[in-house]
Amino acid sequence: MTVKAPRPRGRNALLGWLYATPTAVFVVALFLIPLGLVVKMSLSKWPLLTGDQGVNAPENFDKAVNHRFFTDSVIFTVKYTVLATVLLLVLGLGLALLVQESSRWNNLLRASFLIPSALGLASASLLFYVFYSPYASPLKPLMDSWGFTFLGSPNAALFSTTFLIVWRYAGFYMVLMLVGLQGIPADVFEAARSDGATRWQTFWRVTLPLLRPTLALTTVLCVTGSLLAFEQFYILTKGGPDNSTITVVQLIYSVAFQGQNDLGVAAAISVIVLIALVVINALQLRAFRSEES
Amino acid sequence: MAVDSRSTSTVATEEAPASKGVTRSRGMSFYGVALRMPYWVFTGALALIFLAPLLWTAVASFSPHAGTNQTDGWGFGNYETLTNYQAGVWRYLANSAFVSLLCTALTLVISFFGGYAFARFRFPGKNALFLLTLAILMVPYATLLIPLYVLLNEVGLENSLVGVALVLTMFQLPFSTFLMRISFEAVPRELDEAATVDGCSSFGALWRVLLPAVKPGLVTVGLFAFLAAWNDFFAPLILINDTEKMTLPLAVSNLRGQVQGVVDYGATEAGVVVLALPCMVLFLLLQRHYVRGFMSGALKG
Repeated sequence: MTVKAPRPRGRNALLGWLYATPTAVFVVALFLIPLGLVVKMSLSKWPLLTGDQGVNAPENFDKAVNHRFFTDSVIFTVKYTVLATVLLLVLGLGLALLVQESSRWNNLLRASFLIPSALGLASASLLFYVFYSPYASPLKPLMDSWGFTFLGSPNAALFSTTFLIVWRYAGFYMVLMLVGLQGIPADVFEAARSDGATRWQTFWRVTLPLLRPTLALTTVLCVTGSLLAFEQFYILTKGGPDNSTITVVQLIYSVAFQGQNDLGVAAAISVIVLIALVVINALQLRAFRSEES
Repeated sequence: MAVDSRSTSTVATEEAPASKGVTRSRGMSFYGVALRMPYWVFTGALALIFLAPLLWTAVASFSPHAGTNQTDGWGFGNYETLTNYQAGVWRYLANSAFVSLLCTALTLVISFFGGYAFARFRFPGKNALFLLTLAILMVPYATLLIPLYVLLNEVGLENSLVGVALVLTMFQLPFSTFLMRISFEAVPRELDEAATVDGCSSFGALWRVLLPAVKPGLVTVGLFAFLAAWNDFFAPLILINDTEKMTLPLAVSNLRGQVQGVVDYGATEAGVVVLALPCMVLFLLLQRHYVRGFMSGALKG
């Protein structure tokens, strides 16, 4: 990053700030100030309609942790995150290995796997809302004869939603894995082959270790995304059946805007989620780094 | 994320010649074809799983189904329902287009200047500002939208599409600033230095010399900003509460269960098709940029 500046220093710095001003304005006005405000809200009595009613800390956090769906939603979100992350990483890597060689057929396959990623998450959820419905689904005969519905029981709803997410995101993770795979120099594989390593050995001893930076990035991305899941459950299950599929973000939304209308408590849950996320990501990065050494 | 940047940068160039060699040698022999058959069947079936829901929705939106506006014969009945729903699909399309285009324009301008500043200048607070911009990625959507709802109300942008576009632009900044910074850094410094020596101002050099050089980066940033804004659901859900001002994803989602709790699945399918169409067209037109955006950017830094 240290390159000699040809222009006089002071003027250069001034110009730099000038070009960076729009970025700075957006970051301060729409990121830093809201971040400060959410902390303030979490410490204040703040109903949706009347606004700030003064400090009441730590009542909001107390109410948040003791909310009747708080523990359930945390457990469910973690369960969903583990399921989605494992499936997406394994399938992403599997698809990448499958279409790694470049050929016309493989390019076609890549495009097909990637196409659902162009669809918005809300659109994809709406698509599967119809696809899973007991009335309009093309799989209706199957549901009738086996006597189940895709969103009828807690487990079915979880797996059906996970299928939607895998369908929507597998291609995206495939691309990230492909980038990682292509970053591994070809002569490493040559060397493994000439040493008589089987395909399986090459995969476990060469490919996976060299793929670690990519695996770290995809894990962090996938865990973060899944912990913050909202649209898929909001549209597909509305938290049902029997409130079994409420995620943490859904809880924030419903506390803030549906019924309870308490922005203070919602802000408190948001702050808890933010802290949890920072800690989880720091732990993940540390785990990947320490394995490396 | 320290991926070996030497090898990722060569990816795009290596790919094309390698592919030709592979297909040609395989196409030659009969035994080669027979051996590859199970592979083709397996991968073909896999591809079908990914394509089938999309194709099915497109077909089903035109097909007859009880409980929809298209009960007998094929036709546009479901799309008629969509046209007449509340403020009408045209209104929602216009709202979505407005938000998406404004967000794209703002993202392009801000990240173009920001990327230039971060790549070519040294100024106090530079690293802090860059890290802060990236930190937006670490903060959950919901955590920011709750205070943003309060703040936008305060400055008179409640229930406003401009407000939604501003918020979505902010969420685009980490990716777009990062990508534009590495796009500018990939351009040889001699290029704009020569221009300044020839008497161009820094803005003149940026506009005439650097803009053409970073165009691929701008296309990727613009494409992503447009798709993200077009598809976004959470921000308008929280920030918009007037049916006149809803964006299309919100309107289609609300479309379900309008008539006495009975869901009009046909109209929902039609809505999904209208939502998906621009995404598919953009994706197919710009697929190369889409993948190259990851290739050049995603793992470096």
